[in-house]
Amino acid sequence: MAGQSKTGYETYYVPDSSKLAVSATIGMTATVYGAASFINDNSYRPGEETNSGFILVAGLVWLAATLFQWFSITIKENRAGMNSAQLKHSYVLGMQWFIFSEVMFFAAFFGALFYIRNLSGPWLAGQGEAGAMNGLLWPGFEYNWPLLTTPQDAIGGVQAQAAAGHLANNGEFTGAEKHLSFPGFANIAHWLPLYNTIILLASSFTCHIAHVAMKQNDRKKFNLWLFITVAMGFTFLYLQYMEYHEALFEYGIHLNSGVYGTTFFMLTGFHGFHVAMGTFMLLVQWLRSAGKGHFSANDQFGFEASSWYWHFVDVVWVFLFLFVYII
Amino acid sequence: MGAHHGPAKGLTRWLFTTNHKDIGTMYLWFSFAMFLLGGSFAMIIRAELFQPGLQIVQPEFFNQMTTMHGLVMVFGAIMPAFVGLANWMIPLMIGAPDMALPRMNNWSFWILPPTFLLLASTLLMDGGGPNFGWTFYAPLSTTYAPPSVTFFIFAVHAMGISSIMGSINIIATIVNMRAPGMTYMKMPMFVWTWLITAFLLVAVMPVLAGAVTMMLMDIHFGTSFFSAAGGGDPVLFQHVFWFFGHPEVYIIILPAFGVVSEVIPTFSRKPLFGYDSMVYATSSIAFLSFIVWAHHMYTVGMPIAGELFFMYATMLIAVPTAAKVFNWVTTMFKGSITLETPMLFAIAKVFLFTVGGFSGLMLAIAPADFQYHDSYFVVAHFHYTMVAGAIFALSSAVYYWIPKWTGKMYNETMGKTHFWISFIGFNLTFFPQHFVGLAGMPRRIPDYNLMFADFNMMSSIGAFIYGASQLLFLFNIVRTITHGKPVTDAKVWEGGTTLEWTVPSPAPYHTFTTPPEVK
Repeated sequence: MAGQSKTGYETYYVPDSSKLAVSATIGMTATVYGAASFINDNSYRPGEETNSGFILVAGLVWLAATLFQWFSITIKENRAGMNSAQLKHSYVLGMQWFIFSEVMFFAAFFGALFYIRNLSGPWLAGQGEAGAMNGLLWPGFEYNWPLLTTPQDAIGGVQAQAAAGHLANNGEFTGAEKHLSFPGFANIAHWLPLYNTIILLASSFTCHIAHVAMKQNDRKKFNLWLFITVAMGFTFLYLQYMEYHEALFEYGIHLNSGVYGTTFFMLTGFHGFHVAMGTFMLLVQWLRSAGKGHFSANDQFGFEASSWYWHFVDVVWVFLFLFVYII
Repeated sequence: MGAHHGPAKGLTRWLFTTNHKDIGTMYLWFSFAMFLLGGSFAMIIRAELFQPGLQIVQPEFFNQMTTMHGLVMVFGAIMPAFVGLANWMIPLMIGAPDMALPRMNNWSFWILPPTFLLLASTLLMDGGGPNFGWTFYAPLSTTYAPPSVTFFIFAVHAMGISSIMGSINIIATIVNMRAPGMTYMKMPMFVWTWLITAFLLVAVMPVLAGAVTMMLMDIHFGTSFFSAAGGGDPVLFQHVFWFFGHPEVYIIILPAFGVVSEVIPTFSRKPLFGYDSMVYATSSIAFLSFIVWAHHMYTVGMPIAGELFFMYATMLIAVPTAAKVFNWVTTMFKGSITLETPMLFAIAKVFLFTVGGFSGLMLAIAPADFQYHDSYFVVAHFHYTMVAGAIFALSSAVYYWIPKWTGKMYNETMGKTHFWISFIGFNLTFFPQHFVGLAGMPRRIPDYNLMFADFNMMSSIGAFIYGASQLLFLFNIVRTITHGKPVTDAKVWEGGTTLEWTVPSPAPYHTFTTPPEVK
């Protein structure tokens, strides 16, 4: 075995120095400080004039501009032929492990969902030893999923909770009126998540067709199918927006509708955010190919990385569809 | 660029650098600064606990001190220090020209100083800084938290991003940048332990991000992850946190294992005993770290089946850990040992970490833990692993590699003095805490029963001694850089076998621009 690098050992390009990191740090620091101040101002000093919103937006714009420049420098280096095969492999590894970290982020929220549905929910309703508290704290609470009657509802709302001498300083948790889970086969035609599932699964295939096309150097076909994929991404986001509208205004599901609203919005919300990211990434790749003629049959990493990300959000959706909507 | 290209001049060298050695140096200095900051918080804690009763600080401020001490030491001192070592040593040990993604490497570092400035500034905010313990259990950290918790949450996000980027970089470097012939099973142990640590970091830092995100939503946006009134559960926080938290303690200790696995063979002038088993043991520890989290929560009211599962899984960790201790001891067996400062710290680390391991076994026993839980016994246990386990290994690493970094030899007498004062101070601080813990003194409380007075005074005196000895350490480092005796050999320690001992001392700005051939 001669070496470990699958790709051989040409000179590895190490940039001399770079202002990108410090610039990105400035943007991120302003973003983080601005976000925390903005949220605190809204919570603890509502209505007061503050500049925290401006700091947040300025930070985000600065960070985005820096990252734009960062990616554009990276692309230029690659197109100038500065990247050896070994360096390209570093980027591949970087993207793969980044996606793994995203998987673990979703794992935390899915873990929370499983814990609530299988353990703490039934316990609150009196199951098992831990459930001895049911009679004392939440008499009359029955657990079922989707949870439309919160423990607070079960004892008569936030006033009743306070009147019973329990601390009620977490605020009001009024359950939703209706849920968004599987509505039965009779109503399936009106069930948006099903459409979204079909769209997102199909978009993984269209994305793959585009990939194969680029491997065969068929740019026209690549542009077409990538465009279709991006369009499907936007369609998904639009349907998700409609679903949120329905949830908020017709079904009465809010972030404070107890743990059903909590898990529903947090899981679908983070997923939706990632779809938006993925759509944006693919859109950039489409612009690069259609507008600037980037990518070739043997070098298309920008697109490949975005497509892995796209398949990843697709897989997350399959789990969401199963555990948030169906089961 | 190339081998003849030196560093830029002035401040911009450090701001804009992409060089793994520069970035490693910055990580190390930053972590030392945080070590002194977190240490000063510890001194306040010990000063208050010097005598029973409230003398120096208010209980509210005491809570902030215990919280910030833990956060700064874990996230600001120990983790970045090991990342600094990784940056400096991994490319040198595997024969790579630099880290795989040099610009991102610089970003990983530069996120940290403003983030910790933000975190430290919470102490001056209305309502004070985080006061809920470094484990930030809900509802203390949600319903009852000071407003500054929002800044804490975003600071955790930022340091998480830094850690994840740093770890991805380390994985990419080790997987992709090894020199020809440097197969996985020829890699130095330090590199192996960092590969596994980086994997753990990428796996669990996002879970921590999830935990603080849930907190943020519960505090400001009305969700009920941790509120039973809405159908959630405060205990859920503990599960999510410790799913991060237990791998986290191995993130801290595994690179320390790596350091002593380099130092002990060098000063025993023998190859590491049982290299393969070390690799497997490290991997097993990493795997087990994912299925033992609830041993931090035995008293929370889990079903008996859960208690049993987590108890047995936890005890299993003793097996690979014991294999490691056995290997270190056996490496020394019949070795031709010399006791320079790095070796002293390494031996002390093995010995004292084993003490911490044994108290860990005691804590793993669920029924016994009902007595030990949240007592000073736990404080003693994890300081034996964190301070003697991790920080002694860090001291060892600094003495071991500083001749390679600076091209100058540290003062051996001062080093040994540092060691013995540290060793005595450390044990004087934490050994008595076993006793007061078993006798029932609760942790995180600024006052205590009169019967604990003597042991607490001993602890405080020990802490001041240990703290002072770190100033000697700092002095020795600075003195080495300014006045140290130049070393001329590439191979500073005659027992050194890894690749960093083949490059000149100090290591040139660029090394291995053409990869060495490893046989």
